[in-house]
Parts: sequence; structure tokens; C-alpha cells
Amino acid sequence: MKYIEQDLVIQRMSGRKILNLIFKVLFLFATSLALLALAILLFRIVTQGAGHLSIDFIQNFASRFPEKAGIKAALVGSLWLMAVVAPTSIILGVGSAIYLEEYAKKNKVTTFIQVNISNLAGVPSVVFGLLGLTIFVRALALGNSILAAGFTMSLLILPVIIVASQEAIRSVPAELRDASYGMGATKWQTIVRIILPAAIPGILTGSILALSRAIGETAPLIVIGVPVIIQFLPSGVMDTFTALPMQIYDWSSRPQQEFQQVAAAGIIVLMAFLLFMNSIAVFIRNKFHKRY
Amino acid sequence: MRPSVQEMIAQSNGKKSKKVIEKIIPVVLFLIASVSVLTTVGIVITLILETITFFTRVPVADFLFGTTWLPFSNKEELYGIWPLILGTLKVTAIAVVVAVPIGISAAIYLSEYASEPVRRTIKPVLEILAGVPTIVYGFFALTFVTPVLQSFFPDVKIFNAISPGIVVGIMIVPMIASLSEDAMTSVPRQIREGALAMGSTKLEVAMKITLPAAFSGIIASVVLAISRAIGETMIVSLAGGSTPRFDGNFTDSIQTMTAYIVQVSKGDAGYGTTIYYSIYAVGFTLFLFTMIMNILAGYLSKRFREEY
Repeated sequence: MKYIEQDLVIQRMSGRKILNLIFKVLFLFATSLALLALAILLFRIVTQGAGHLSIDFIQNFASRFPEKAGIKAALVGSLWLMAVVAPTSIILGVGSAIYLEEYAKKNKVTTFIQVNISNLAGVPSVVFGLLGLTIFVRALALGNSILAAGFTMSLLILPVIIVASQEAIRSVPAELRDASYGMGATKWQTIVRIILPAAIPGILTGSILALSRAIGETAPLIVIGVPVIIQFLPSGVMDTFTALPMQIYDWSSRPQQEFQQVAAAGIIVLMAFLLFMNSIAVFIRNKFHKRY
Repeated sequence: MRPSVQEMIAQSNGKKSKKVIEKIIPVVLFLIASVSVLTTVGIVITLILETITFFTRVPVADFLFGTTWLPFSNKEELYGIWPLILGTLKVTAIAVVVAVPIGISAAIYLSEYASEPVRRTIKPVLEILAGVPTIVYGFFALTFVTPVLQSFFPDVKIFNAISPGIVVGIMIVPMIASLSEDAMTSVPRQIREGALAMGSTKLEVAMKITLPAAFSGIIASVVLAISRAIGETMIVSLAGGSTPRFDGNFTDSIQTMTAYIVQVSKGDAGYGTTIYYSIYAVGFTLFLFTMIMNILAGYLSKRFREEY
């Protein structure tokens, strides 16, 4: 006697199997659309900008003439900006993370700080620009200086660094901590000599990724009034400056066709900068990542 | 002679500096941690104070219910917020139409179908897409997507809502994909394998098991992505134009809330003018929109999370 009618089963299964296959292809197709978009974007920018990329482009200041326009002031300005943002945001971020992970008691204040951090991460960057304009540019009278822009950017990326550092600190095993206390170390000694060294790869990776976001961010700079045409290099943090994304924005919004190629060349420089920073982050992650 | 251990401990405990450090450090770290709270307070107070100044010059009702935004007019300046909100919503709507199907499909593919090596290749590429600066996306929208659209639909103007909408959509795909994938992979394997053992195809597992179980997480990811799209600035500034309009037109130049703030900041709207204060009123509106979305996302992912 036949308990299972094989033909019937195959017949019923085949429809479902075909449907499964169709959707699998569809899902894969949708995924590759996203990847295709990235490929087109990169291809377009390289083909548009490569022709304009030269030593002169790196060494020249901005100009009204597309063939003379260079990115020197913006490149140096972005480096200055990083010189302010990196220490400010990392000190604030890691300090907050240490407090939240090691010192904070589980109470309403701590929960409030934590919720606040995750909400801050969702505030649009242009709103941070308004904050910077009111507090740093006007109230503290820093003007549109590197310092004002740097502080604004630091606050913008602060939530990202705090969360990354918290995760890194949390992943340090409790045994290390207990062993340190067992040897008679104080809490601060344990943090400085045991926890931070163990957590530093994670902290650095998160911080570099956050910093690369700050390099590419344009909107806050526009709002706090960072100028575009700068014919000199800043000599201190109180000087006015311009940055890579500002310069690219200015070139892209010009009507002349030639300036689009200049903008694309600027984007190549910006993306190379980001790629460099991200490779460092990946390198640190792979090289120093310890599994306990 | 070397001191004994007891002496060393006594000596060490006697050091005043060490005790002081242990007392001071938590206070210093607490102050550092409160910077993030102060930032939020600063944002809210700044926006509210300057918005109040704005409302001393422009009636609240005109701002909330007006349907014309004409701040640069030399006859009568009109500050009705709706055209800017509508511009923002147009771009966001197109972004959602583009990003939700692609993002969720990618999440399903990655969590249900893809083999481990494929997953490990695709995920970093999606991360690159998430790391591209928005100014680059804006340039892409203006110099590639718009011309391509124009070649298919001649009605489309240089500045329009569709092109920035599509590109904002591309920008938020990685966010939807990775957050939804997290939600889907957190559905326990046993449930999935149980369904497979009962003879389900992978599609049936995805549709009847994983998606319903991860539903709140997926919705939360979409809401967060919408919040990002609303706050997106550079793409809409470059490719959306600066014509606030209150109609259903997608092919002409529009203006979003963020693009207006950029337009005013770029020009020299003198400090203290009504136009200067208007960017805070617009910024406050934008802030409220994104904050509601973020709180909603947090609520959804907490409230409807299924515990296994």
C-alpha cells in the first residue's frame, strides 16, 4: 500500500520550489541594485575627476578659473579641523564611556544620559550647525574659526564615539578586572592600566570611523558660515578656514560644466582620504583584536 | 633592606595623592559625560529661544497654517511652513519607495539565503555605501541621476524632487538593510529549523516565520531611516533646488526644510533679521519631526520585541 503519493507530492512541491527560486533571484537582484549604485557612483566620479587630478590640483588654491582651481586650502583646512576634532571628541567620548561603564550606578540619571546619547545620534547634522552658530560662533565669539567648527563637529560625532567606546570597554572580560582588584589595584589604576589598554583597539576603530564621518560632513560647516574662497593657509585654530566638503559643494553648485570635473577631482581626494582612514581602522581591528 | 609587604601597603595607603585621585576622577568623568546632555539642552534651548524671537515678528498662526513661503520677497514676506514640509515629505516619500523594498530584500537575502562567504562580502560593501559623504551623493544626484531622468522624462527640470529622492533612498538602503538583518538574525535558529524540517521552503520561512517575528525591528529600522531622510541636507540642497512650492508637483524645483537653512546660511542674511531667525524656526520644526521619528523607533523596537 502506498502511504505517500510521490507524484502528488512532487507536483505540489514544485510550485512552491519555483516560487522560492523566483523570490531568491528577486532578493538577490534587489541587493545587487544597491551594489550597482555604488559601482556607478564610483565609476562616474573617477572618470569625471581623474582628468583634472594632478600635482597642481593639490598645490593650487581655489580659483575662478576651473583649470587653475586647486584644493590646497581645503585639504590643509580639513587636516586642521581633524587636529581639533580628534582630541576633543575622543577625550569627551572615552571619558563619558568610562563613566557610564565603570562608575555610573544603575539609576534614573544614568538611564537618562544613555537615552539622551542615543537620541542625540539621531539629530540631523544641520541642527548641530545651528547649535554651533549660536553657541560657538556668536555666544563664545569664536567666529567662523577652526575651533568653532571643530567643537561643533566634535559634538556631532560624540554619540558615535561614546557608543563604540562603551562596547569596547564592555567587552573586556570581568576576570581581568577582578584579577587587578585582587592584586590591590585601585579602581582608577585598574581602568588606566588594565581596561583601557584592552579596550583601545575597539575605541580607536570606532573613533576613526566617527572622525571619517566628520571629514565628510558639510551641512554644519555651511550653517556656521565657513567660507569657500580662501587664498591662504590657516596658522592657528582661531583662523578662518575652508574644508574639503565645502570646496566640493561650491564647485558642484557652479553652473559651468568644467567645474563639475573639478568637483569630481575634489571628491576623489576626499574619498582617498576616507579610504586611508578606514583602512587604518580595519588594520587596527584585525591586528590588535584579541579574543578573550 | 627591602620593606616588608605590610610596610609597602601601609606606605601606599598613606599616600594622600592616590586617595584624592580616586575621589576626583569620578567627578571629572561625570562632568565629561554630562557634555552630551548639555549638548541636547543646548540644542533645545537655542532652537526654542531663537524661535520665540522669530514668533515676536511673525504670528505663530501664519507660520503653522500658511501655505506660502516667501521670505525674500520685497513686498510682503510670507512665512508659511507648509511648502517646506511638503518638499521634505516629497523627497522622503520617494526615498522610502526606493529604499524599503531594496533594503528589506537585501536583509532577507542576507539573513535567509546568502552563504557565509557571500554575506561577508556584501555586508562591508553596504557599509561603504553608508560611509559615502552626503556631498558626494548630492554631486551624483545632480550630475548623473538628474540627466538620466531627463533623458527618459523630458518634463523633469534640473532641480526636482525625484532625483534627490532616489539618491536619498540609495543612501538609507544600508541602514534599513543592516538594522533589519540584525532583527531577522536575532530570531532563534530553532524556530527557523523547525519550519524547514516541516518541509517549508526558505521563502516560506522568511515570509511566515522570520518577517513576522522580526517585524517590530524592521519597522523601527524603516522609521529611523525616514528620520535620516528628513534630516538629509546636502543631497536636497544640490539637486532639489530652492523653490518652496505647495502642490503635488515632483518634476519641478522644490525646497526642503534643510535646504532652506543651507540657502540662508550660504547667503549673508544679516544677524538679527527676520530671515536669520526663520532658520531656527525651520530648524526647530525639523528637530521635532526627527525627534518624534526617533522616539517612535525606540518605542517600537522595545515595545513589540518578542522575547525567546
